[in-house]
Amino acid sequence: MGNKQTIFTAEQLDAYQVGSLCFVINTSSLFILIQKLFYRYRDLAPQLVPLDYTNHPDVKLPYELIGSMPELKDNPFRQRIAEVFSEDGEGNMTLDDFLDMFSVLSEMAPRDLKAYYAFKIYDFNSDDFICKSDLEKTLNKLTRNELTDDEVRMVCEKVIDEADLDNDGRLSLEDFQHMIVRAPEFLSRRKPNNITYILIWF
Amino acid sequence: MPPKRKNDVAVKVEDVGMEVDAEIDSGSEDEARRRAKNRRAKPQRKAKQPSEDEEDEDEDETPRRKGRRKKTKARAKDDDEDDDDEDNRSVKSKTSKASRKKAPKDNEEDSEGEGDKKKRGKTVSKKEKEQQNKEKKGNVKGKAGQSKGGEKDKKKKNGSSSSSSGSDDESLSEGEMEALKEQVEEKKKLVATLRNKPWRMKRRLDVLKEAQDFVEKFEGALGKGKGRRLYAFKVMMAKKFIKFKRDFENFKTACIPWERKIKDVESHFGSSVASYFIFLRWMYGLNMVLFGLMFGLVILPEVLMGLPYGTIARKTVPRAEQDTAMDYSVLFDFEGYCKYSILFYGFYNNEKQIGLLKFRLPLSYLLVGVGIFGYSLMVVIRTMARNANEGGDGADEGDFTFSWKMFTSWDYLIGNPETADNKYASITTSFKESIVDEQENQKDENIHLRRFLRVLANFLILCCLGGSGYLIYFVVKRSQDFADMDNADLSWFEKNEVEFVMSLLGLVCPPLFETIAELEDYHPRIALKWQLARIFALFLGNLYTFLFALFDEVNEKLEREKIIKNETELALAHYYANYSSFYNTTDVPPPNVHPADAIRGPCWETGVGIEFVKLIVSDVQVSYLTILIGDFLRAVIVRFLNYCWCWDLEAGFPSYGEFDISGNVLGLIFNQGMIWMGAFYAPGLVGVNLLRLLSSMYYQCWAVMSCNVPHERVFKASRSNNFYMGLLLLVLFLSLLPVVYTIMTLSPSFDCGPFSGQEKMYDVVMQAIDQDLPAFIGNIFTYATNPGLIIPGVLLMVLALYYLNAVSEGYQQANTDLKKKMQAARDEEKNRRNNKDSTNQVMKDLEDLLPNKSLIPRPIEEEPPLDEIKVEKVSKPTKTKPGSSGNGVNLQKEVSLAAPNPRGPVTHGPGPRGGPPLNTRGPQPGPARGRGRGGHPRR
Repeated sequence: MGNKQTIFTAEQLDAYQVGSLCFVINTSSLFILIQKLFYRYRDLAPQLVPLDYTNHPDVKLPYELIGSMPELKDNPFRQRIAEVFSEDGEGNMTLDDFLDMFSVLSEMAPRDLKAYYAFKIYDFNSDDFICKSDLEKTLNKLTRNELTDDEVRMVCEKVIDEADLDNDGRLSLEDFQHMIVRAPEFLSRRKPNNITYILIWF
Repeated sequence: MPPKRKNDVAVKVEDVGMEVDAEIDSGSEDEARRRAKNRRAKPQRKAKQPSEDEEDEDEDETPRRKGRRKKTKARAKDDDEDDDDEDNRSVKSKTSKASRKKAPKDNEEDSEGEGDKKKRGKTVSKKEKEQQNKEKKGNVKGKAGQSKGGEKDKKKKNGSSSSSSGSDDESLSEGEMEALKEQVEEKKKLVATLRNKPWRMKRRLDVLKEAQDFVEKFEGALGKGKGRRLYAFKVMMAKKFIKFKRDFENFKTACIPWERKIKDVESHFGSSVASYFIFLRWMYGLNMVLFGLMFGLVILPEVLMGLPYGTIARKTVPRAEQDTAMDYSVLFDFEGYCKYSILFYGFYNNEKQIGLLKFRLPLSYLLVGVGIFGYSLMVVIRTMARNANEGGDGADEGDFTFSWKMFTSWDYLIGNPETADNKYASITTSFKESIVDEQENQKDENIHLRRFLRVLANFLILCCLGGSGYLIYFVVKRSQDFADMDNADLSWFEKNEVEFVMSLLGLVCPPLFETIAELEDYHPRIALKWQLARIFALFLGNLYTFLFALFDEVNEKLEREKIIKNETELALAHYYANYSSFYNTTDVPPPNVHPADAIRGPCWETGVGIEFVKLIVSDVQVSYLTILIGDFLRAVIVRFLNYCWCWDLEAGFPSYGEFDISGNVLGLIFNQGMIWMGAFYAPGLVGVNLLRLLSSMYYQCWAVMSCNVPHERVFKASRSNNFYMGLLLLVLFLSLLPVVYTIMTLSPSFDCGPFSGQEKMYDVVMQAIDQDLPAFIGNIFTYATNPGLIIPGVLLMVLALYYLNAVSEGYQQANTDLKKKMQAARDEEKNRRNNKDSTNQVMKDLEDLLPNKSLIPRPIEEEPPLDEIKVEKVSKPTKTKPGSSGNGVNLQKEVSLAAPNPRGPVTHGPGPRGGPPLNTRGPQPGPARGRGRGGHPRR
């Protein structure tokens, strides 16, 4: 435990525990976890990240590094994920953002939180609504542009038709949640790996 | 105030007795309700001891509070009635009021402890309220509920510590103390809920720091009590358990054979093609069991304990055939050594008990032969029943097919490019499947023309079926004529005419049907079913002509056998007579004949067995060759000749093959029928089949992935394979008939097989019952087979069948009704929203409240929350956004979801929405509550 003290102060750890990595209550496993995550973060760019975080250094890793992590590199939404979780919205992440991302995407995170972030991720133009263009982007990313334009249009219309409760032609967060809690994967936790937003990286 | 605090628990306990009979006012009903709720919440709590303490305290405390409230009537009434309305303002004012009240009381009463206790009771009850409130929000569920216990425990400690600190600076007035306490509570709550806030880490940390500083300043360090540790432990265990479950699931998936192969196929070719492979896998499993039975109970005992080859006539190749017995062409026809091997019926000896174990081989043989049918029947029907439960004909129920596909189909765990590629393919495929379904739904067309075309198509297909039936009949007749002629005169074609014609029909008819079926323009899934049914009819014709031909052969062999049997007996009688007259003795040794030279009958059972094995083998050859030529060669030619050809081969005429689902499925089904029929006469057939299935799994997977292209319209298979299963059941039944017929009516050969020497095959069972079982069991059998018993039994079963059928129909009806209702409710809800959302907000809110109002009437409190209560305020707007009032469950879910997302789009001001009454209302229907995992663990 000696060297973790050199990375974070005890207060920092405590704060992390309450603040984000809430799902680990046990203090000793928290140390291990944060340490693990910290080294993952640091391994992306050892020359940039100092080993001592006690004085809150201002370090950001560029998106290119974040996006090359094995967890993200095959994900069609990697850019969006990084953008959503980064503070500057460009995908450049501080350690805090990094921890944030992992905690939200961890298995133990509350699903409401996950649903909220899933919404953010699919909301490509960040206007707080998933509109048609967002849907088209999502679909094209999911299918690698394999569908014809007609099919894409049809699917998007269907999605809006299904999930849009207030008929404004776009999905609000509320619509999204209303729809997503009914997803079979969401209700039964039998197949955890199929849940979009339940990422199990720990 | 201070000194007695530490042991006020004890005081409290005494108080219980004293205070229980305090006044019971009009609000007692509410009280009861609240208590019930507390109790409900109780099991969730972690730290049992402390929370129970608190509970007690609360319970005897509440009446007292009521009493107090009575004095401040109007206000208290309000509080009482919306019993859980945790409008902080009201609580606050109440508390301060209480404390104000308490101050004089304290002075009056000499027991300080009691005064303090009252105050604490107040805060505790407030906590209770908080809890109710939170539960309402739906956030709290399991975890939070659990944490609450620990929290409370902590609080208690804090309470005492803070009170002691309060004793230090007595300069603070009671009112101020209360206010401060409120604030501390607020901050703590904030800390607890912080985790669920979708804020940036930085902001979270800032808020946290602020709150913690505040709390610490006024309350001292947060305690880490026993409950907390227990809670931590439980959470850790829960997490471990989840992980274990996941690992276990993964392990289970890894244990399913060929799962990955099939998933690969599915992702590129759609679920319909995959359904064939799943069926094939299922069939393999079934055959494994059949083979286990056959091998363990029949083949192995005979090999280990029976007589070896060459000892008796039935186990020896006859002298005349011995020269050619090892020739490849002979072996290939399953003659020669093959015929006199363990593979076939004739090899088995009729010795009643063999080996050290006294194993009754004939009995075992018969029982296994019948047991195979019994087991298959059971498995097929069980699978069908289970599939029926899962139900559905492939069309997704649920209103969000596309949305779910869009938002939940990516698997975030994918970490390697190959899997990702497959996933992309499978998502695309599944989208295409759904699109096909959707297009089919939207299609509307000239119904008369369609009907006419469908009738026409069916007519054409019936003609084809009739024609092929006649062709088969004709060929079979001809082959019987050929059979009478000398074998040497016949050409190869004439000898194999029947097989040739049948294979030809099997090759030509299915594509023909498919072409005709295009007239009908069904949905591909339904078209597949029609196609299956038609080819099934075609194959059925083939099967039964084959069987009739076989029976002719068997009858003829039986005739010949009778003659040979008579001759043998005559010869033996001559031998005995001659021997005894020559040596003048009655003690005649059996004739010393080498087993190869013995006279033997035709042994029709082995003949039948050979027919089946030959059929299976030729079937395998044909299907494998078809794949090799029709798919592989075609793919190679199309691929490589395309470089130097005058038109585009890939897009134009030959193109690549599609996977023929119907043909393959039916091939599999009929193959299985052959196995069932043939297994009795050729025990080795099951083993052969096992090899076949195994090899075709790999071979076809390879062929599909490398030479075929997906169907033009990829369609979703029906989720249950019940249509396949239904066909299989039919075939099972059809193949059961001939076997049972032979067992019950034909007499077995006299010189080969385990039943030789018996009048009928089932005689071995009778013998066993008569001779080896105690007499009373024989009696029981006699009674049981009495028609007087059987007929009522059958009658009873028919009645039960009728009843169950009626019941299931009733359920089905109810099911469809419910579905309709749900759909209607959904439409209505949508319409309502459309009409109301933009028009009159107030009216809508009122309407939202209506159903609840009818449950518990109480006034609506609409006071904007005070500024200092930030959390409450922030989270309100989303909470109270258009709740679907018609539908309690929906409302719950929405509310529970929305609560922790204060940053959601705030489209309406918090004030006039009348937020608090809606979601902080009394006992709302519970079911949806159990779900939210997000808690508000507090420190």
